[in-house]
Amino acid sequence: MSGLITRRTMLAGGTASLLAAPWVARAQAKTLHIGMQSILSGPIALLGTSSRNALMMEQDRINAAGGFLGRPIEFVFRDSKGQPQEAARLTRELVNTTGCELLIDAEASSGSFAVQEVVRDLGVACIHSNSETSSLTADPKIRVPTAFRVARQGVHDAVAGSIYLSEYANTKKLNKWATCSPDYAYGRDTTAQYLQFFKQFKPDIEITTEAWPKLGQPDFTEVITKLIQAKPQALFTLLYAGDLSAFVNQGNIYALFGQMAVATPNVDYPVLAAIKNLPPGIQSATRYLETFPNTPANKEWGEAYFKRWNERPTNWSWQNTVAMQFYESAIKKANSLDGKAIAAALTGMKINTPFGVDGTITMRDDHTTINYAIGWGQTTPKEPFIIDVKAADWGKIIELETDWKKQQKYI
Amino acid sequence: MDLDALGACLTTPACVVTQATSGLIVGMLLFLVAAGVTLIFGVLKIVNFAHGTFYMLGGYVAYSALGATDSYALAVLSATLAMALFGVVFERALMSRVYGSNVLMQLLVCYAVVLIFDDVVKIVWGPEFHAMGMPPAFQVPPLFIAGGVVPPFYAVLIVIAALIAIVLGLGLSMTRLGKTVRAAAINSQMVSALGINTTLLFAIVFAVGGGLAGLAGALAAPVRSLSPGMGFSILIESFIVTVIGGMGSIGGALVSALLIGMVRAFGTIGFPQFTDGLIYIVMIAILLLRPQGLFGRSP
Repeated sequence: MSGLITRRTMLAGGTASLLAAPWVARAQAKTLHIGMQSILSGPIALLGTSSRNALMMEQDRINAAGGFLGRPIEFVFRDSKGQPQEAARLTRELVNTTGCELLIDAEASSGSFAVQEVVRDLGVACIHSNSETSSLTADPKIRVPTAFRVARQGVHDAVAGSIYLSEYANTKKLNKWATCSPDYAYGRDTTAQYLQFFKQFKPDIEITTEAWPKLGQPDFTEVITKLIQAKPQALFTLLYAGDLSAFVNQGNIYALFGQMAVATPNVDYPVLAAIKNLPPGIQSATRYLETFPNTPANKEWGEAYFKRWNERPTNWSWQNTVAMQFYESAIKKANSLDGKAIAAALTGMKINTPFGVDGTITMRDDHTTINYAIGWGQTTPKEPFIIDVKAADWGKIIELETDWKKQQKYI
Repeated sequence: MDLDALGACLTTPACVVTQATSGLIVGMLLFLVAAGVTLIFGVLKIVNFAHGTFYMLGGYVAYSALGATDSYALAVLSATLAMALFGVVFERALMSRVYGSNVLMQLLVCYAVVLIFDDVVKIVWGPEFHAMGMPPAFQVPPLFIAGGVVPPFYAVLIVIAALIAIVLGLGLSMTRLGKTVRAAAINSQMVSALGINTTLLFAIVFAVGGGLAGLAGALAAPVRSLSPGMGFSILIESFIVTVIGGMGSIGGALVSALLIGMVRAFGTIGFPQFTDGLIYIVMIAILLLRPQGLFGRSP
C-alpha cells in the first residue's frame, strides 16, 4: 500500500514538475545577470571587494525599485586575481557561458585593456568602473563603441594634482622630487602625465630619481633605500592599496617620511586604516571622502556603506555605484539591453549622483565621465583623515586635457 | 642603466651601508625560505613547490598570534612551530605517497596544496591584504652608521637569520642527526639499510624546512602586506637561490641568497629598469661556469 502511495505521489509530483517547468524556466530567464570581474584576492583585493560591496548595495536598491526593464538583476562576480589574460577569459565566459547581458569591468588598468578587446568582439555593453589610464577611452583606436568608463581618469587627476602640488611646492620651496609608481600602464602613463603638468606649472622642479616597483611587490626595501640615496625634498607616489600600505610601513622603519615630503593621489579609507603609524601631513587627493563633497547625500551613502560592511568605502566603491546609476538611467532611456542602444543613451548623459561636484556627473562623448569630485588636502591620523581639502577647477582640467589630447594626436 | 649613480654609491660609505643592509635583509629572509627548499631537495630529491605556502601561512599565523597575545616573540614562535607541524603533516599525509613518482605527479600534489591553502587563507583571514604593523619595541628611529640608515628591526632580523644559519650549519656538521641527514642526502637507501628510521628522518627534514619558512613569514610580516598567494613570488626567488647555491647545499643557499640580496640592493641604483633581469643574468652566468651551482656536487 505504502509503495502504491509512493508511486502515486511520485507520479503526481513528476506531473506537477513537468507542468510547472516552463513557468520556472521563464522565471529563471527573467533574472538579468550582470557580469563583474575584478581583483578579489591579493594585495589589491580590498579595492576589488569594495567594488563588489558597492555593487551588491546597488543590486538591492535597483531590485527594490523594480529592476531593469522589469527584470530583477543579479551580479555574477569573478576573481581575475589581477591577471589580464584571466580578466579577458572571464569576460568572455561571463557573456558566452554564464549568459550575462551587461558587464561591469572592475579591473585595474592592467586588466581593462584586455577586457576592452573582448568587449569589442562581443558587442555587449560594458562599463569600466576602475581603470584610470586615460588612453583607454581617450585614444580613438582603443575606444570601443559599447564600452564606457565611469572612473577617475589619470589625466584629470594629473592636472588637478599638479596645480595643487605646484602651489604646495612653491610654498614649501620643494624643487627636488622623486617618483615611485607601480610598473604597469597606470603607473607609467599617469606618472608621465603628472610630471608633464607639474613641470608646466613649476618649470624649476628636478626629478632626482624614479622607482618602478612591481604591482604587488612584497618588499620595497631597495626602493626605499634608493629614494634615501637620491635625497629628494619630496616624493610623489602612485602606489595604492596593499602596496601603499606596505611601502609606508617599510618606509616608516627607515624614517623615510621624516626625510622628505610625500604626495599621493591614492589614499583610500581602508588603506589609511591598514597603515600603522600613518605619517601626518602627506599631501593627498580625496579618493573617496564622506566630507567631500560635503553634502548630506554623500554622507548618507558613506554611512550606509559602513553600516552594511563595517568598513569604509573606497574610491572604487563610489565609481561602481555611479556605473550602476548610469546603467539604470541609460537602460530606462533606451528601453533596451542592446549594447548599441545603451551606448547611444549613455553618450552625453548627465545623472544626479552624490559624487559629482555639483551633484551631477556627465558621460562625455568620448565615453568617459567628468565633473566627479576631485580635491587635494593633507592627511591626519584621525578622522576625517584628510583635512584642508581644496576642490579642483574642472574648467582648467578640461582645458589642459584637451591640450594633452592634441599632443597625443587623439583629436 | 645609471653606472654613474652606482659608482657614486659604491664610493660613498653612507650609500654602501644603507644598500648593504638592504641587501642583507632581502638575502637573509630569502635564505630562511631557500634553506628549507634545499634541505628537502638534498635529502629527498624532491622539489617542494608548496614551500611558499609555508611562508604565507607562517605570516598569517604570526598575525593572528600577535592579535591574541600582543607578543611578537610568541607570534614568531607560534608561526615557526605551527609550520614545523604543518611540514610533518604535509610530508606524512601527501608527499610520502609520491616519493619515487615522476616529477609531474609531485608538482601536481604541491600545486594542489598551494591552491587549496590560498583559498583557505581567503576563507579564514579574508581575501584583502592585512598589515601586522611594527611591534612597539621596534617603533624607534633608525640607527645611522657611517651616515647610512640601518633600521633596528632589520638589524635584529639579520642577526636572527645569521644565528639560524650558524645553528643549521653546525647542526648538520656536528650532531648525529645532522650527520644522518647529510648521509641520507648522499644515499638514503644505505642509511635505511643501516637501521636508521628514514620515515622519521624525512618528517624531521620537512619539519625543519617548514619551520624555517614559517619563521621567515613571521619575521617579514611586520613590514610586508599579508595576502593570499604571497608565497609565490618568494618561492620563485628561493628556487633561484637554490639553483645558484647548488641543489642541496645549505652553505650555497646562504651565499647565493646574499648574492641575490646585494644584486637587488645595488642593481636598483645602477640598473633601475633591469633589476629583476639582472638576477637572472647572474644565475645564467653562474650556471654556465658551474652547472651544478656554486656549492653543488657534480652529478
